[in-house]
Amino acid sequence: MSTCIGAAAAGARAVTATSSAGLAFMYEVLYVAASSRLPITLACVNRTLTGPININNDHSDSMGARDSGWIQIYAENNQEAYDNYLQAMRISETPDVRLPIMICQDGFITSHAVENILLEEDDAVKKFVGEYNPEHALIGRDHPLAVGPYDTCPYCMEHKVQQAEAMKNAKRAVLEVAADFEKTFGRKYGFFEEYKMEDAEIALVLIGSTAGTAKVCIDQLRAQGIKAGLIKIRVFRPFPAEEIASALSHVKVVAVMDKSEGYSSAGGPLFAEVAGACFDLETHPKMIDVVYGLAGRDVTVQDIEKVYRHLLKILETGITGPRYIHMGQRSSQKEVF
Amino acid sequence: MIHAKDINEQSPWQEMTPGGEIYEGGTARMTLTGQWRSDVPVWMQDQCKQCLMCVPFCPDSSIPVVNGKRTDFDYDHCKGCGICMSACPFEAIRMEKEVHD
Repeated sequence: MSTCIGAAAAGARAVTATSSAGLAFMYEVLYVAASSRLPITLACVNRTLTGPININNDHSDSMGARDSGWIQIYAENNQEAYDNYLQAMRISETPDVRLPIMICQDGFITSHAVENILLEEDDAVKKFVGEYNPEHALIGRDHPLAVGPYDTCPYCMEHKVQQAEAMKNAKRAVLEVAADFEKTFGRKYGFFEEYKMEDAEIALVLIGSTAGTAKVCIDQLRAQGIKAGLIKIRVFRPFPAEEIASALSHVKVVAVMDKSEGYSSAGGPLFAEVAGACFDLETHPKMIDVVYGLAGRDVTVQDIEKVYRHLLKILETGITGPRYIHMGQRSSQKEVF
Repeated sequence: MIHAKDINEQSPWQEMTPGGEIYEGGTARMTLTGQWRSDVPVWMQDQCKQCLMCVPFCPDSSIPVVNGKRTDFDYDHCKGCGICMSACPFEAIRMEKEVHD
């Protein structure tokens, strides 16, 4: 990451890839990349953070970096991962954004999967992505440049506010680039995907490849007349709080599915964001957090169905019960799942 | 382009450069780091042989040289580290306690 910071400051497009402990190892300089406003692209193949020692999929690596000032975009499958890469540099390099971007996909589940995807022609991709000519760079400009100088107390907070504003601007940039992407290549993207949400009474909010599993489950439940829906988060940073609240405003019971532990004792990071986003709604959906799939623990259509059945029970009884639940673990006690 | 001289402790965030970037050289002169000093070097000119050993040792370029001879300290930037005193072979620099106004 330090090499990328140097290259980006010099005026180059810098790209790197990492996973799990590799990302954690960059922790300090992730913040430097963001605060120096360097539009670096990072491929993050989500794998759990050790320990206990494990290399399999969950989101604990990128969720650990969620407050580092990076834009984070997640993919359900390889097509989305590919399409997100094509959009990444334009979002990140938008002049009033200038923030590094992390393109995330589920380790092993999609990263090691064989899957047919549509590849675009190189010329069309180059035209879409465009050239990168930053106004300021260490090399090739007629004025000198200092990047990342020591920032004393009278100035540092102002720079952090600039950075926070840049992340707000990234919301607009994400949608602008997605609109042009749809016009150019025909595939539509937004902050999140809504699946069968129009009349949904119960819904899941989740990130990544589990969305495919959930969609199969929803189709089965819908055939039985159950109004189940799904919100699959694509853009986690900037967090589309108002849009998610609006999408959930008519839903009666929601399970937020966290594929990482925050050890907060009150739920995972996605739950905290979604619950916070819904706070200003006139009528809240009842909301629980289901922490699942940690360290590569598999999740099947049957597992997802259990969650929807649990939401139905909450809908029928009006009793939310425990709000912070784990799913998929063996237990000697009777648990929710 | 925003110049360093136009940024000060009253500047709103909208009028500062992104990430604190600086688009020109030599701007450290505008930051008066001498305010940090708790000890102050005193140059005893009568003992000084103008060997200039102190000059390259100063980490803050705070010993100005004019026509091949050192002059008095640049107290706007000297942090009072005392390295010049140690480097001087002729005991021509002594350290005193700084007195702040």
